[in-house]
Amino acid sequence: MKILVCISCVPDTTSKINFTNNDTEFDTNGVQFVINPNDEFGLTRAMWFKEKDGAAVDVINVGEQTNDSVLRKSLAIGADKALRINSKATDSFQVASYIANYAKENSYDLIIAGRESIDYNGSMVPGMISEMLDISFVTNCVGLEIENGTATAEREIEGGKETLKCKLPLIIGGQKGLVEESDLKIPNMRGIMQARQKPLTVIEPSEIKIKTTTNKFYRPEEKKEITMINSDDLDRLIDLLHNEAKVI
Amino acid sequence: MSVLVYIESKNNKPKKNSAEVISYGKELANKLSCELTVLTINIDESTELNKYGPDKILKISDNSLNIFDAKKFADIIFQAANKFSISHVILNGGVDSKYLAPMLAVKFQAGYVSNVIDLPSKLEPFTVRRTSFSNKSFCDASIVSDKKIISISNNSFGSLENPSTPEIIDFKPNVIESGLKQESLDSAKDQITIADADVVVSAGRGLKGPENWGIIEELADTLGAATACSKPVSDLGWRPHSEHVGQTGKPVSTNLYIAIGISGAIQHLAGVSSSKVKVVINTDPEAPFFKAADYGIVGDAFEVVPKLNEKLKAFKAENN
Repeated sequence: MKILVCISCVPDTTSKINFTNNDTEFDTNGVQFVINPNDEFGLTRAMWFKEKDGAAVDVINVGEQTNDSVLRKSLAIGADKALRINSKATDSFQVASYIANYAKENSYDLIIAGRESIDYNGSMVPGMISEMLDISFVTNCVGLEIENGTATAEREIEGGKETLKCKLPLIIGGQKGLVEESDLKIPNMRGIMQARQKPLTVIEPSEIKIKTTTNKFYRPEEKKEITMINSDDLDRLIDLLHNEAKVI
Repeated sequence: MSVLVYIESKNNKPKKNSAEVISYGKELANKLSCELTVLTINIDESTELNKYGPDKILKISDNSLNIFDAKKFADIIFQAANKFSISHVILNGGVDSKYLAPMLAVKFQAGYVSNVIDLPSKLEPFTVRRTSFSNKSFCDASIVSDKKIISISNNSFGSLENPSTPEIIDFKPNVIESGLKQESLDSAKDQITIADADVVVSAGRGLKGPENWGIIEELADTLGAATACSKPVSDLGWRPHSEHVGQTGKPVSTNLYIAIGISGAIQHLAGVSSSKVKVVINTDPEAPFFKAADYGIVGDAFEVVPKLNEKLKAFKAENN
């Protein structure tokens, strides 16, 4: 089985979000970039397929050279090969096209992406790839088993779960549940050493026209001062929620 | 030029967020001086939608579409969009609509922007505001292609009454094959989901163990609320993952969010920041959540919550 894991590089979840260049760009100053958490669950799931069935696992990213350290980390976790499509990722359609074009030529049985990146939160790339390649797609994927070329995938829905079956090839948008937080693989020294010898190939894409642009960022408005209520005076809370906030 | 709104259904009725997404579609159609068409799949009675101003309702009745399949549904919206010369497709922020949207975007060769919170500030280029960085910021995004798709964040726009008498059109699309087959559906029928709830009662590690969730469920019951939890609680297996709220869990944009025994890590705060009113109950007056909330109580959940529940029950009995 050949697996492609799509990796988005995002600011660490604890990062302060600031903007620069007249609020048109994210301020990367002092920010640590990591594997997008939704992708990281998928990467660990791919490692389990590798350990159990000897699957070959490639990772792919659309981005600039600064992302190489995150790709090296993916190799240290256990991926066999890394690919970086050398283009600033600004538009989901363009990113999906680049990955789909690469995947088309390299016929993968399974493509794993995250449900969404935690920076742009588009929830777009895996669904677009599925349509471009005309393969099955399951998003919000919280469980995946594969046997004899047939996948059983669980999708989280509002208030429950749906179990779906399909033949490979398949692309999923993964999230927590695919593996647990405590299952996430942390690179060990041997993995880090091996990663240095593994191929990280940079691909220059043929230009694809964008369909959307992101122009300007805004910070949320400052929160008004909190109203503290004494724990013996819960009537006041109910009164405020009813008459001031008007939510009950 | 024309606007198409697709609404989700549950048990053959329009989902609650339909009013919001049709209201948005109407305002947009007014801005563009064009018609608003609403597409329904297996919705028996659509009269209530007339309140929000559709010019046309496309009704599809087809038993083979009783189970949602993103690929089939995306193709049907695509067929409708082509047949009725649609330029703008509006979707809600539900999981099914966000599942099909990227597939539709590729078929329709449209630029797609998700998590939109307001009407376009400009029509040339078409520019809308959306949330980004997991609700820690907003951004303006423009669609530069001719055809456009946007999905609206739940509870961001509200609903506006604008009654109309729409033309009802029976629409019979081709239903394509899908490689996916539903094996089973495990869905709590009566439970209020986080996405649908006006009020969410959420609890964290301060509750000390899963056996103590009774007081949370009782409070939620009184308020007609959905229950949710913090990340550590779902990681510990005290509550299901589907209740995990925050950056890597679910976003919550509800009217009232009550956080009990949750300290308020930055990832959690990001996930709930678009909720309108936040109440925090915590023993630790230094908990960071107090800086992000509207109302706060320093106190022990095991004392405060049952007392609050009793008082709310009395309040509800008096006001209903």
